[in-house]
Amino acid sequence: MAATTRYWEDVKEGDALPEMKVEGLTRTDFVKYAGASGDFNPIHHDQTFAEASGNPTVFAMGMLNAGILSRVVTAFAGRPNVRRYKVRFATRAWPGDDVICRGRLTRKLVQGSEKLVEGELEAVNQKGETLISASFAASLPSRG
Amino acid sequence: MPVDKSIIGRKGEPVTMHVERGKIREFARAIKDDDPIYFDEAYAAREAGGIMPPVTFLQTVGHWDDGRGRPRVPFDLKRTLHGEQEYELLAPIHAGDVLTAVSTVVDVYEKPGRRGGSMTFAVTETEYRNQHGTLVARARQVGIETGQVVKD
Repeated sequence: MAATTRYWEDVKEGDALPEMKVEGLTRTDFVKYAGASGDFNPIHHDQTFAEASGNPTVFAMGMLNAGILSRVVTAFAGRPNVRRYKVRFATRAWPGDDVICRGRLTRKLVQGSEKLVEGELEAVNQKGETLISASFAASLPSRG
Repeated sequence: MPVDKSIIGRKGEPVTMHVERGKIREFARAIKDDDPIYFDEAYAAREAGGIMPPVTFLQTVGHWDDGRGRPRVPFDLKRTLHGEQEYELLAPIHAGDVLTAVSTVVDVYEKPGRRGGSMTFAVTETEYRNQHGTLVARARQVGIETGQVVKD
């Protein structure tokens, strides 16, 4: 979906960003991200390898979850306005898991000619466990 | 074993990366993002001066790196985790751009682990310049070598 325009003057610190959810990650999702990103670590697609490494099965690349979570920022601010995106990996996502993405604005600031917002994000699974925590900065258009 | 600080400053070779429209579309689909800025030329031209890659697309530099682009960090891969990833997006990137990525180890440090032993952190920074020499993005990656084989 295309981002809708939001003006800097119309948002405030503490505002929640629209939630976004991916239901039931599949092994096919991992394979698609492997091909797209070039991350062919077999632990993410090869059951035999995953088991030999002590895992019950394959699990999502952290950067797949990070890509999914980044959509909260791009849907809110628009891709061209994203200035910074930082993720910290907490726990792993397994086939069947949901990825529920949330965020809120923590700060409004002016930097040079740009009006910026900063915010915190998190992706959690269906049990409420944090998969990733993240922060971002984005520029917003101004009415003035 | 004390952490080897001598690898700070170690650089990889420059990697040339073409930002391709098809790869952008594939990547956007893989992260389930249907924003037309990633595939609709007319829309993207109006909104952003052309098709842009998703925020985390620079991960795909791996497709262009034969291994020499990554400065070697002497970590045991069986005990290594991706801890953090950060992108600073400093100037627009569009489909058709040709980027040159140079990676440098900028820090190595040790912290006590939560379950005993110690963990070693390596911070690698990658600067991406476009075909005009403009610095368009800076990525920072934190790799963690844990005290024992990685389990949740």
